Amino acid sequence: MTVPAIEAAVIGASAGGVDALLALLAGLPASWRLPVVAVVHLPEAHKSRLAEVFSARLPIPVRDAEDKAPVEPATLYFASPGYHLSIERDRHFSLSCEPPLHWSRPAIDILMASAADAYGPALAGLLLTGANEDGGAGMARIHRAGGLTAVQDPSEALVSTMPMAAIKSHSPTHILPLRELRELLLQLDAANAP
Amino acid sequence: MNPPDDTEIELRLLMEAIYLKYNHDFRDYTGASQKRRVLYALDQLGLPTISALQEKVLREPSLFAQLLQFLTIPVSEMFRDPPYFLALRRHVVPVLHTYPSIKVWVAGCSTGEEVYSLAILLREEGLLERSLIYATDINPASLEKARQGIFGLESVRNYTVNYQRAGGQRAFSDYYTAAYDAARFDPSLCANVIFADHSLATDSVFAETHLVSCRNVLIYFNRQLQDRALGLFHESLCHRGFLGLGSKESIDFSAYAGRFDPLARAERLYRKGA
Repeated sequence: MTVPAIEAAVIGASAGGVDALLALLAGLPASWRLPVVAVVHLPEAHKSRLAEVFSARLPIPVRDAEDKAPVEPATLYFASPGYHLSIERDRHFSLSCEPPLHWSRPAIDILMASAADAYGPALAGLLLTGANEDGGAGMARIHRAGGLTAVQDPSEALVSTMPMAAIKSHSPTHILPLRELRELLLQLDAANAP
Repeated sequence: MNPPDDTEIELRLLMEAIYLKYNHDFRDYTGASQKRRVLYALDQLGLPTISALQEKVLREPSLFAQLLQFLTIPVSEMFRDPPYFLALRRHVVPVLHTYPSIKVWVAGCSTGEEVYSLAILLREEGLLERSLIYATDINPASLEKARQGIFGLESVRNYTVNYQRAGGQRAFSDYYTAAYDAARFDPSLCANVIFADHSLATDSVFAETHLVSCRNVLIYFNRQLQDRALGLFHESLCHRGFLGLGSKESIDFSAYAGRFDPLARAERLYRKGA
């Protein structure tokens, strides 16, 4: 298989998403280089502890994505509750208080569509377990921009609605269980090494 | 950088046209959210392309007034981020008490939720009588709504929780009268409020102020325009004046990073450097 040249990965997840993300990302090698940006649906009123939780399990920096901060390599970013997260074309983050989409703010579709504009074919989009259809349109946008899309196998997902939304919206490059999605990420990252 | 596609090119041309024709400057707004809003406007206005929208905007001023409603984001709530208001009470109010008269600038006030929140806070702290609040925005329809002070009753129920968590001292319902599905806020809260059209992109400073509250406005600006706005706030603020930003906004990436001291970092309260 030829591995495409990827410069960033964006990941969306909802119900059951924290466990799925941990299975995907915990214990990545210290040599990891790609920026990874994740939207996990959480209640707006609560302060997110995701960065804390993942920071303890990853050898790379884990941060809440801040407005106007550059997208740095070898970093895992989380979108903060209450704001949509976008990546601008000059590859820094921007936040916005537009109304929720799919009852969600942050919305996965918004991150993915903006990242597709910023990275074009050099983007990988992953969509995991979740109970609504957020991310379906975003994954299709990544696909149209020439990027790689990988969906968690709906039969393995805790809730299959979200992966099914991506399968309905386009033909994903890969439909895989988490263990193999992880292998795919490792290959993509290795291919990105200078 | 990924080369601009046709939509990006059309967007830039549209913003240039709006600036030349109506002097509303959206050219330095962040791209991703602006693109979403213009595409949403196209859908709502039933137009096929941004170029078609541009042609109509140039020839029909009434269409521009409509488009302005899409380009600005009138999403706000009262006492959003209650810790911000607690921090104002704790760190800023004691200093404001030392001034014989107080000037506050709510920049980008949208439909007024923040203005009423601050007015209520100042009243409870015994400061509203000697305060003058400038509430500014670029959207005349939002300013008119702010002036009326009428908000949906369902939203007001959510605001009540915020108000209590923000250190509110009374029953929130003391501040409004409810009728049908709406709550009309006590007009006396706005006795000393001046609502005015002002653009952080094109206008200059109009008064010396003690506190500038500008929350969830700078996130829509690129770094250059953020610097312009922060420059206006810096110029407007009196010696050691206070600046409050949105909970996810930061001056760390701006040219003004060194010219404000963090006062309550998590709540995004700053003080003009000595």
